[in-house]
Amino acid sequence: MSTLSALRTAGPDTDRTLRRRRIRQKWGHPWLYLPLFGCLLLMVAPFLWMLSGSFKPEADIRKVPPVLIPGSPTLANYRELFSSLDFTTMFANSVIVALAVTAGNLLFCSMLGYALAKLDFRGRRAVFSLVIGTLMVPGLVTFVPLYVLVSNMQLTGSLLGLILPFLAAPFGVFLMRQFISTLPDELIDAARVDGCRELAIYWKIILPLTRPALATLGIITFLGSWNNFLWPLVVAQNESQYTLPVGLALASSGQDFTRFGVLLAGAVVVLLPVMIVFLLFQRQFVAGIATTGLK
Amino acid sequence: MSTKTLPGRDAHEPRTARPERGAGRRRLVLRSTARGRQTRAAWILAAPFLALFLAFMLVPVVWSLLMSLTDTQSVDLRTPLNVSFTGFDNYVRLFEDEQFVHALRNTAVFVLVGLPLTLATGLAAAVALNSGIGRFRAVFRVGFYLPVITSVVAVAVVWKTLLEPQAGLVNTVLGWFGIDGPAWLADTRFALPVMIVMAVWRNLGTVMIIMLAGLQSVPRSLMEAAELDGAGAWQRFWRVTFPLLRPALLLTAVTTGIGYLQFFDEPFVMTDGGPLDSTLSATMYAYNQFGNGNYNVASAAGYVVFVLIIALTVLQFRVLRDKD
Repeated sequence: MSTLSALRTAGPDTDRTLRRRRIRQKWGHPWLYLPLFGCLLLMVAPFLWMLSGSFKPEADIRKVPPVLIPGSPTLANYRELFSSLDFTTMFANSVIVALAVTAGNLLFCSMLGYALAKLDFRGRRAVFSLVIGTLMVPGLVTFVPLYVLVSNMQLTGSLLGLILPFLAAPFGVFLMRQFISTLPDELIDAARVDGCRELAIYWKIILPLTRPALATLGIITFLGSWNNFLWPLVVAQNESQYTLPVGLALASSGQDFTRFGVLLAGAVVVLLPVMIVFLLFQRQFVAGIATTGLK
Repeated sequence: MSTKTLPGRDAHEPRTARPERGAGRRRLVLRSTARGRQTRAAWILAAPFLALFLAFMLVPVVWSLLMSLTDTQSVDLRTPLNVSFTGFDNYVRLFEDEQFVHALRNTAVFVLVGLPLTLATGLAAAVALNSGIGRFRAVFRVGFYLPVITSVVAVAVVWKTLLEPQAGLVNTVLGWFGIDGPAWLADTRFALPVMIVMAVWRNLGTVMIIMLAGLQSVPRSLMEAAELDGAGAWQRFWRVTFPLLRPALLLTAVTTGIGYLQFFDEPFVMTDGGPLDSTLSATMYAYNQFGNGNYNVASAAGYVVFVLIIALTVLQFRVLRDKD
């Protein structure tokens, strides 16, 4: 403080440098904002175009120059989407499949992750290497035999065929094991002394402490399932099992492509729920993703 | 470690350790039962995952390899064992098929151009947000990350309308500057580059978020020391910051690369592999073969991509790992 006032009395010149420095500290490089806002506009432009177009009558979408706020907003595109394409069923399918896949991964991956991180058993190393060794296996390698398997199990006609192959993903085991390894051993030993049974330790002690990692895995798994395309495309046989991406992709490749409004409304239905959840929880979301990258 | 005998435990377990035996023996029995209990618990906890993993991962991985060495067709669906072994015929056929070679070339371009661009733009965005600006950081972060969470199918549909030659926003904006935009997705010169731009747009946020976390963990004292030693901003970044970011960058590069090598949703929605196969990807080729009932060829193509994934990963470890 005293140096500050001393500097201030030194003259108008230092006063200006000081103010500049303070601005620098608060704002960084002021000239960077303009290009960054330009980039931001480019990044979100497709979403603005989508949202605005989905509420426009067909003729207005093609109007030049385009307007952001629709002059005569309409819900016709959405009405069309849900009446002629049965997006209600597809939406429900997407939700059911994503929830089931997420629940399965949270449970099964945390169970195995705990065993691999904290329990002393024979075969532990072998199991770990086997599971981690398949981290890089692309879905492309397994989809043909999976199709043969699932269709021989008579599951191609049901949602189970969309859920079962994704219930246990190696990535989840990796994430869970890494996180649970950081929990102190003393906790578990203390529980054993108190007579807590092994499975109860997992359920009552480990699982509650693993909540941050479970949240991250849950987000990643849910998004992966919601956005998954190749497998549902291969396995879903008729419209009653389509998920949203399958329904939207097939609609866009058919005769309907000329109708932008309906397609854009379809994209909104696929994207908006995820975006809203992301915007609400973006802090936790981003923190979770960032930590998975650092481990 | 976790099997150590705990004080006071002996008193609780008179049945497993008979008191008339020596102390050493008692400890041994105790240890083995504690371990036995852990082993049993571990396998119970592992069983559900491993059962699913065996059925839906290990078996298909091996099966797919075997299938790629046979003449399996869709007619063999109900009798998958009733096929004959053909050695590497499918692989030879694949590489003799010009369409597959073309698809591999497209995939290679997509990865070799798209991946470095994604990493560079993501890193640049992270540095700009971390040390370039002081305000609105959260706004930029959310905006740049937003495309990451989206479904490729949905954004491909949106981009397809954006790029529509007559009414699309892109050509309208270009028209304001007197530029007559091409029919992007119907032009062999532009279709694949457009998909690369879309992939960069969609994925740079992942790199940015992970790099931001890395940048924030660089100790301030280290930067100050480098500054005192007379290192300029550019030098400080490449000599001090970048080496610290490298492990995280490597991980993102590997996972993004694995995704890029399998790109499929974009051409499926936007071009169906056209025009003239200029956007046909390896995955799309495999999917088409599968659709034609050639399960053996589809599996072989899958394995070729798998080998490429391994090669790319090894290459990235070579290039990006610590050099000491």
